[in-house]
Amino acid sequence: MSTPYYVSPEQIWEDKKDFVRRGIEQAKEVVALEYKDGLLMVAENPRRTTFKISEIYDKIALASTGRVAEYEALRVAGIRESEVKGFTYYREDVTGKWLTNLYSQHMGAIAQAWDAKPLEIELLVCEVDGNPAVGSQIYYVDFDGTYHEEEKFAVIGGRAEAITDILKETYTEGLELPAALQLASRTLERVEAEESEPYQISPQTIEVACLDATAGRRKFRRFSIEDIAEIFNHAS
Amino acid sequence: MLKLHDYGTTDFLQILKNRYPDQVGNWNQPNGLQDAVPQNFLEGTTVLALVYDEGVIIAGDRQATEGYQVGERRIQKVYKIDRHSAIAVAGVAGPCIETAKLFQVQVEFYEKIEGASLSLDGQANYLSSLVRANLSLAMQGLIVLPIFAGYDLKQGKGRIFKYDALGGRYEEDSYYAIGSGGKDARSTLKKLYQPDMSNESALKAVAEALWDAADEDIATGGPDLIRKIFPTLTLITEAGVSDVPDDTVAALYRELVARLEQP
Repeated sequence: MSTPYYVSPEQIWEDKKDFVRRGIEQAKEVVALEYKDGLLMVAENPRRTTFKISEIYDKIALASTGRVAEYEALRVAGIRESEVKGFTYYREDVTGKWLTNLYSQHMGAIAQAWDAKPLEIELLVCEVDGNPAVGSQIYYVDFDGTYHEEEKFAVIGGRAEAITDILKETYTEGLELPAALQLASRTLERVEAEESEPYQISPQTIEVACLDATAGRRKFRRFSIEDIAEIFNHAS
Repeated sequence: MLKLHDYGTTDFLQILKNRYPDQVGNWNQPNGLQDAVPQNFLEGTTVLALVYDEGVIIAGDRQATEGYQVGERRIQKVYKIDRHSAIAVAGVAGPCIETAKLFQVQVEFYEKIEGASLSLDGQANYLSSLVRANLSLAMQGLIVLPIFAGYDLKQGKGRIFKYDALGGRYEEDSYYAIGSGGKDARSTLKKLYQPDMSNESALKAVAEALWDAADEDIATGGPDLIRKIFPTLTLITEAGVSDVPDDTVAALYRELVARLEQP
């Protein structure tokens, strides 16, 4: 009779973490940072129809990185659950905290299942409030469902740490939108330059969206190539 | 727990029906109302739409009746649906407002999931199914009759759709009015409508049509100069949906009253 093989829970967990880390290392980054009127989200993404940043509900956006198919399913589920909740109760009752918990439970359950592959994604649930005193929230959700609130800015993706280190030095509060976009794209450029040939970020190579707390009911706005070019001109 | 199995659907009403049947108890299924029609409900009265050179105007009075009583003086009958469309509802107020709300959620839901706006024809077709979903109530006289209007970005013009109680969808190329004072409003629009009307003359025609509806139909509310309640006039153009400010509407009516006043 052969001996049943034994793998310690610690080992299983370490293996899963390693597996996801290897996936995320390849993933392009998304930066979310607070500016004067809300939250700005910037990603390196030359594609015009497949997005890393998207609208979920009136005040909530989702930034995601990793496997597209996996975060796409979560994006759609998030929109659906939010609409159902807002329709059943009231639009104000749909909050970033609630959505983050929903994602967290789902991702955690998959990460802990013995026969499932953990999701190779990281998420930022971004939320602004019409009331400036409340400010904005950024929730970082890891592949295993653990999450925490970030202050002022947050980064997901392969070189998140390097970008965060730069932002810690360079970020200032109360930036105007053009300045905030300039800061995010310069930071992405710097990190890129450390690894390969330095290159310039252009309106065609980045995806930009914001949650504008001063806007009407729907705070989310996606910037077109023309919009981004105009902001860059304005900033320089 | 998140459910991912209905990933592919963009039909919000279907999701509600499948997963939250209690939320949509009234929709599309027989219910306890079969024998007795409740008496205490509000009814919205006159709504209309008119195509002009920059797009389309959609409008409605603000009164709802409960039998022979005024049920509500400031009811909202015109609802923005997306950046280039709006709906105006006449009929039983509860289901009417619910239809408008559900329609708005549906169109936005589609837009967010697809990352592109639902076409104006797509919106108009979907509204058919919402009106039809109300059939069991309509059979008892509790009817929902919307007018849907929008600026079609592809065709570069304003368009109007009317509906019957069975969800039939019909396009009007100039103007339409419905509700208890709809026939009176239509008579006025018939006389005043011209192709390619300017913004100014279109607003005047709409204001006069609603005035005539209120004048002839006891259920329709006119401009209330004491409480400062004015009909809703909403413009839909290439630039988007915008309400005409109350001051402008008030000025239109002051001018109209001055013209109609008898010595």
